[in-house]
Amino acid sequence: MAVPPLAHREIPLFAGLAVVIALVFAWLGAAYGVRMLVEASCYAIIALGLTIQWGYAGLFNVGVMGFIALAAFVTVLVSFPVNAAFWNGDGPALLGWTALYLVIGVAITYGLSRSHRLGLPKSLRTALTLIAGAVTYLAVQGTLDPAASVIESEAGFIGGFGLPVWFGWLVGGVAAGGLGWVMGRITLGLRADYMAIATLGISEIVKAFLKNADWLTRGTLTVSPLPWPVPTPQELGFVFSRSAYLCVTAAMIVVIYVLLQRAWASPWGRMMRAIRDNELSAAAMGKDINRRRLEMFVIGNVIIGIGGAALITFTSIFDPSAFAPLNHTFLIWVMVILGGAGNNLGAIFGAFLVYVIWIMSEPVALFLFQQAEIWGDELFGWQAPGDLHTRALQMRVFIIGLTITLVLRYAPQGLIPEKVMKHD
Amino acid sequence: MPEAGLLSVLPINEFVFFINKVVIGGLIIGSVYALGAIGVTLILGILRFAHFPHGDMMTAGAFFALVCASLAPHVGDPFGLPSAFVLMPVAMAATAAMAVWLDKAFYAPLRRANVKPVVMVMSSVGVMLMLQGLIRLFAGTGTRQLDPGPKDIYRIPAGGRDLIVTQPQLLLFIFTAVAVVALHFFLTRSRMGKAMRAVADNAELARVSGISIDHVVRTTWIIAGALAAAGGTLLALDVTFKADLSFNIILPVFAAAIVGGVGHPYGAVVGGMLVGFTETLAVFNWSVLLRPLQPYLPEFVEIPSKIAFVPTEYKIVIPFFILIAVLIWRPTGIFKGRTN
Repeated sequence: MAVPPLAHREIPLFAGLAVVIALVFAWLGAAYGVRMLVEASCYAIIALGLTIQWGYAGLFNVGVMGFIALAAFVTVLVSFPVNAAFWNGDGPALLGWTALYLVIGVAITYGLSRSHRLGLPKSLRTALTLIAGAVTYLAVQGTLDPAASVIESEAGFIGGFGLPVWFGWLVGGVAAGGLGWVMGRITLGLRADYMAIATLGISEIVKAFLKNADWLTRGTLTVSPLPWPVPTPQELGFVFSRSAYLCVTAAMIVVIYVLLQRAWASPWGRMMRAIRDNELSAAAMGKDINRRRLEMFVIGNVIIGIGGAALITFTSIFDPSAFAPLNHTFLIWVMVILGGAGNNLGAIFGAFLVYVIWIMSEPVALFLFQQAEIWGDELFGWQAPGDLHTRALQMRVFIIGLTITLVLRYAPQGLIPEKVMKHD
Repeated sequence: MPEAGLLSVLPINEFVFFINKVVIGGLIIGSVYALGAIGVTLILGILRFAHFPHGDMMTAGAFFALVCASLAPHVGDPFGLPSAFVLMPVAMAATAAMAVWLDKAFYAPLRRANVKPVVMVMSSVGVMLMLQGLIRLFAGTGTRQLDPGPKDIYRIPAGGRDLIVTQPQLLLFIFTAVAVVALHFFLTRSRMGKAMRAVADNAELARVSGISIDHVVRTTWIIAGALAAAGGTLLALDVTFKADLSFNIILPVFAAAIVGGVGHPYGAVVGGMLVGFTETLAVFNWSVLLRPLQPYLPEFVEIPSKIAFVPTEYKIVIPFFILIAVLIWRPTGIFKGRTN
């Protein structure tokens, strides 16, 4: 097996990136620069997850935001300090009843959905299952509503379990993977667009749920400050504590990168490439295509969830309405396809490059529009609309869209293309 | 009089309220979804990809109508109609031209390069972001009234409470009905309509039998763009113009297209109505209908003040569950659309 030599592309690209980052450090100071690096490294982890789904398996996940939001919420639930007011009040008992109803209802519904094995006609089975599902839903909703209002009035929200943060990240990743498993089971056998539509839907639903379930997430009141896995800025100062955080995320990138490279070189990785490049012949060789794709989708979502949880923990505030598709879905898409789909190094490079540009584009866009306003006023007496400030930022949406379409058309391989391994 | 006594016992007021809320509300939102879903289903059937910018195309159409109406605010006065409605054909033409141009600039090169359908979907997401950015740049992020004047309200007495329909809603129903009938005749009687159906059935076979794929694709975009503009304008006339509509409308529109069966315009209409009615039924407060029964019920049965299947905040969940249910039990949709 001939491994292709280290191309002459990576070194200048990464050197250029280092120069740009150094310029940001020199211009805006170390505290800001380290913050940018930490966020970029979290995005790099998410991009690695997405490159598994898109670059390796060709799956189009439009719901990255939803998986990140779910993982971040689970992290908050696991690692936020215990809320004593909730545990001493009536809330836990009421929630326990809700959970009991839910378990019984789901068990009965599942049992009924299997009842054709006992000889029940299928139409009767479907009708009974639907009725049982509806009754379960109404019963759970009926007990949850009073429980929610009791919790909100007594304790605000249920708080967390006070467990270590790294454990929260893991559980968050697993939760995102579990949601991905359900989505994949439903949509993977169908045409590719359906998965895109379904993931878009699930991410909007996760967002709507987290925003409105005040008893669980405090809704628009937001939860902060989130505990960090390393000493906080109050203890160490901004630069040092953020550097410590950067060490954690960098170590995670290295571990995930090495594991992915190993997996990609293994027979499993070879099978995945075969499925992606020629689905029919892989199926003819006896590979279970949908099952393998489901594996990819779930693994990708676990990594996306871990990266997203790390990102939200770093911002130290859980705000359900801050999960914008633009920052958490399409920005990451640009990172992956610009960096090079199917190349782990490319995904990391793309994440850092695009994030630096994204951060810097905000002042640039505002500056350009201010200039346009001044010139327009001087030359034509044009009165700019009052909300030009918010409108200027919309240009970034346009640029992201333009980048996606242009890259797909002119450079579908990205800046660091996938290396095709040759087996002699 | 015994009749009057009987009438006063019947919950006629509540029933009229139900019709106002559910039947008329469902028809309104269902018509808008249907106008969007016809375009989506045609594009899915003929060009074979999910067209994500469709919601933004609807917003763009409404924006064109807004611009036209603010340039010529009194065009509609002689007819007694809103100017934006009278000028809607202009907006439809502009949106159709935009759709054809978008296809030429972004989708046609990818089609020629013979990429996988999923790459087309992704490119369409890119176009969606560009449209979103441009619309918000020009229209701002706030809401606007398309028609500054007060809306004409028609009240139909129904024994007690009135049935209420506003003029934009009536225009929406009439336009949707006319558009669906016209589309039916176009697809079944004209040469181009037949060619479109042939391409949707089997593109290769249609091509070798001499049908110009380019013409078919262009016609598809014109129909999809024009209907999207009409749907967006009529929705904006009924409620308000909002620049950030896209995500909230694209999911129900996709659900409607898939429920109806991909490639079936009639299916899209049925699907749109189904999704619209399910939405209004699910968020309707059923205790309004049940409350009049309270005197006849025993003491211990108390009707809660709010019985709705889904709280209004979770409206977005409904099209999604319809979509998932259809994908699980009948991926081809009601009218057996294509699945590949």
